[in-house]
Amino acid sequence: MFKSVLKKAAGAVAVAAGLAAMSAQAADVKVGFVYIGPPGDHGWTYQHDQGRLAVEKELGVETTFVENVPEGPDAERVINQLAATGHNLIFTTSFGYMNPTLKAAKRHKNVKFEHATGYKQAANVATYSGRFYEGRYVVGHIAGKMTKSNVLGYIASFPIPEVIRGINATIRGARAVNPDATIKVVWVSSWFDPGKESDAAKTLIDQGADVILQHTDSPAPVQVAEERGVWAVGQASDMHKFGEKAHLTAIIDDWAPYYIERTKAVMDGTWTGGGDTWGGFKTGMVVMADYNKAIPADVVELAESIRKGIIDGSVHPFAGPVVKQDGTVAVPAGETPDDGFLAGMNFYVEGVDGEMPQ
Amino acid sequence: MDLFVAIMVNVAAASTPLVFAAMGELVVEKSGVLNLGVEGMMLMGAIAGFAAGYASGSMLIGIIVAGIAGGLLALLFGFLTQHLLANQVATGLALTIFGIGISAMVGHSFVGISLDPIAKGIPFLEDIPVIGKLFFGHDILVYASFVMTALVFYFLYKTRAGLILRAVGTNHDAAHSIGYSVIKIRYMAIVFGGAMAGIGGAYLSMAVNPMWVEEMTAGRGWIALALVVFATWRPGRVLVGAYLFGGISILQLNLQAMGVTIAPQLLAMLPYLVTIAVLVIISRDSGLMKKHAPACLGKIFHASS
Repeated sequence: MFKSVLKKAAGAVAVAAGLAAMSAQAADVKVGFVYIGPPGDHGWTYQHDQGRLAVEKELGVETTFVENVPEGPDAERVINQLAATGHNLIFTTSFGYMNPTLKAAKRHKNVKFEHATGYKQAANVATYSGRFYEGRYVVGHIAGKMTKSNVLGYIASFPIPEVIRGINATIRGARAVNPDATIKVVWVSSWFDPGKESDAAKTLIDQGADVILQHTDSPAPVQVAEERGVWAVGQASDMHKFGEKAHLTAIIDDWAPYYIERTKAVMDGTWTGGGDTWGGFKTGMVVMADYNKAIPADVVELAESIRKGIIDGSVHPFAGPVVKQDGTVAVPAGETPDDGFLAGMNFYVEGVDGEMPQ
Repeated sequence: MDLFVAIMVNVAAASTPLVFAAMGELVVEKSGVLNLGVEGMMLMGAIAGFAAGYASGSMLIGIIVAGIAGGLLALLFGFLTQHLLANQVATGLALTIFGIGISAMVGHSFVGISLDPIAKGIPFLEDIPVIGKLFFGHDILVYASFVMTALVFYFLYKTRAGLILRAVGTNHDAAHSIGYSVIKIRYMAIVFGGAMAGIGGAYLSMAVNPMWVEEMTAGRGWIALALVVFATWRPGRVLVGAYLFGGISILQLNLQAMGVTIAPQLLAMLPYLVTIAVLVIISRDSGLMKKHAPACLGKIFHASS
């Protein structure tokens, strides 16, 4: 399970180059990563592993990863083991590692922990996540322009605010350019089940959807879209390989800048815990994959203007008015909701077909 | 009507891997062996079939290799449980874990590759109005799974070899005492079960999603195991159970897309609940159940005892 990657050679080169001070620090810092899946999942874990490789390449530090760690008692054991074997900074990359991370952090006060997508911090635990809804808002604009049937199909995992927010951001984006657009949502009650995800994609296409979006981790829906000749949007990672014609773009989670920044902070002694980082387009944590050549130039231009607008603050995916499905106003015109509102989102906006599961 | 046909085509695709895997396990259990490693053997078949199909460009070769790969993994189970007399439950569980690991290792270089899916539809026949797509719009393996069900039924209940296999599963000491090689017969059943599980797995990686991702069977091996028990070890009912499960899985997705408001958690449970309920109800005759259940299931056979 353990795979340790030594970068002694890189360290030696750095010393030779006269970067003695930096490489001395690099030799002291060891970074551990705990993954929920295999780096070969071509989605969530793959992107975290890309971040790990970037840390190695950029800073020349030694990194270790442990893959396929189940959420629960096993996670605590793995995290403790990493902490006990000289890792000064440990990234735990799944929501369910929250409590195991905090417990391990209590035992190892001198080790620094970073937990992805959680909400509990400590003096030596920081949390981080991506504003994926920003990407979904951009994708929504493209989908709204590309759809002929005005029906978008959305494969969802579990009814939690993170997923609801993605659905809402998508249809808000679509309706901004196409007021007739609606979105059908199918819940598959799984983060990863290629068979079920493709069944859901087929179902949505059979019922008229011509753009397939997903909040599940396998590339199966993209492949189904390719086979059926409709559009699709990749999730977490660039999935164009699974559907060259269908793949409009993908919302990529790019953890590399954050991982490098935090590792550097440990090396400089400036790392602080207790905080939360929610990065989006601006910090480079959320990135759009290459746009499909089949998208008309004006649509690409529109998508890019939205992306740039989000970065400079002139566009907010949930800028008022935000109207709920039942017609009530959640955010009045002219107002912009705060992050607390986004983090607890538990309603559908206008344009979503069907009621939200409770 | 179009939607109905589309749903039925999806139902067949969702059910077929279960039919293959469960039909294989049925034969294994009928011989008195409990192999809980179906999930692992399906994964092995999924990657082997995908890799062979990709390398050779031939779907047929892919399917054959998948069967061989599943059979080889089952052979390992056979060696451990029949020769070394290891506990079948523990060995089966270990086989699943082993299958997950080795398929991930072998599949490492195949991540990110797509295959063309196995072609659907029988030429000319599928153009018949109304019933054409419904009956002739599937891929060849869907038909093969029905043929396999019939063959398994015929073998078990209409042939002498099937009778011997059932005898071994019912009372291995008696079968042994009248001169049948219990271990040899069980080996053959185990390898057949592995091959069927392998083909079931390959159906996922070659027809449903023509690609390889780790652990892509996502628990279908366990469902196949449950189907065999709830169908009380009868081939026809295994087929019914697999289609009930596949049917409701697809139906609930369609209901959701139509905007029917039922909690998705409940809908996700529905295939399991309905399949179990229906199979328990149709099989509740305890006399018949005793007749069909292999009495020596999971028991270790030692020739000297």
